[in-house]
Amino acid sequence: MARVVVDVMLKPEILDPQGKAVEGALGRLGLAGVSAVRQGKTFTLDLDGDLDEARLAQIHELAGSLLSNPVIEDYVIREAGA
Amino acid sequence: MTSSPASSGTSPETDGAVAGMRIGVVTFPGSLDDRDAARAVRVAGGEAVALWHADTDLQRVDAVVLPGGFSYGDYLRCGAIARFAPIMEPLRDAARGGLPILGICNGFQVLCESHLLPGALVRNDHLHFICRDQRLRIESTATAWTSTYQQGEEIVIPLKNGEGGYVADEKTLDMLEAEGRVVARYLEVNPNGSRRDIAGIANERGNVVGLMPHPEHAVEALTGPTTDGLGFFTSILKGLVEA
Repeated sequence: MARVVVDVMLKPEILDPQGKAVEGALGRLGLAGVSAVRQGKTFTLDLDGDLDEARLAQIHELAGSLLSNPVIEDYVIREAGA
Repeated sequence: MTSSPASSGTSPETDGAVAGMRIGVVTFPGSLDDRDAARAVRVAGGEAVALWHADTDLQRVDAVVLPGGFSYGDYLRCGAIARFAPIMEPLRDAARGGLPILGICNGFQVLCESHLLPGALVRNDHLHFICRDQRLRIESTATAWTSTYQQGEEIVIPLKNGEGGYVADEKTLDMLEAEGRVVARYLEVNPNGSRRDIAGIANERGNVVGLMPHPEHAVEALTGPTTDGLGFFTSILKGLVEA
């Protein structure tokens, strides 16, 4: 059993109106000094068996095609203890 | 002012009037405007052919419309899952071979996710879903889908989207402008934060066009704000007849 976490974020140059809206709400709720909020997505993949190189490579490929759109998003893959 | 492309009085629902030209309309789970798109094809005088997302047979159609809607519930990203539908595989090859394809709204998003068109469509900058009759300027008549318009013609057709902001890097935007691949631009108001007011673009060859507003909802006076959208469908039929 292995767990892989894929974090997807909009590229820095892409406007994030959702993050902006959250930023505004945080301010209205009294949190001072927030200069920026960016909203992203996290995918948690629980895998049967061990994570080998081939599977990791496959996950990388799908992270860059299905889970993220490389035109507007970056992704980071982390291995996490299940 | 707006002027409608000549439809030469073609009566609605006349299947195959333009020498049996077959225009496929793909239905994905969650497609919404496939029936309107098929009807627009018929109003323009063509034969509408229903294509199913799970099929891999394009049924020898002469062109394809990817309709608007919310394929796969817009889960993940708009068009991100539809891009991997079985029908997309032959469609990608056919697009590269020159088959005319028009992606409207969600269809435009599918074309961008498929990398058949550059750039991407993101959440409207003001976060609201927008639904309005939108004025556009036709910027290119060199595509398979806009040949019956006049260069610079202004049209009004419905726009309805939540993720309609067209984005691409500056280099790509410059390239689209330089190559005349901006097909339509928003006038009066930029409704969704699209870069450079872009409402539609074409691929290099001009056979693949993506458009955020909905020409298929503006083909008849009874149901549309205008009939200005009909030109997209008459363009493709005229082009096919001449080919």
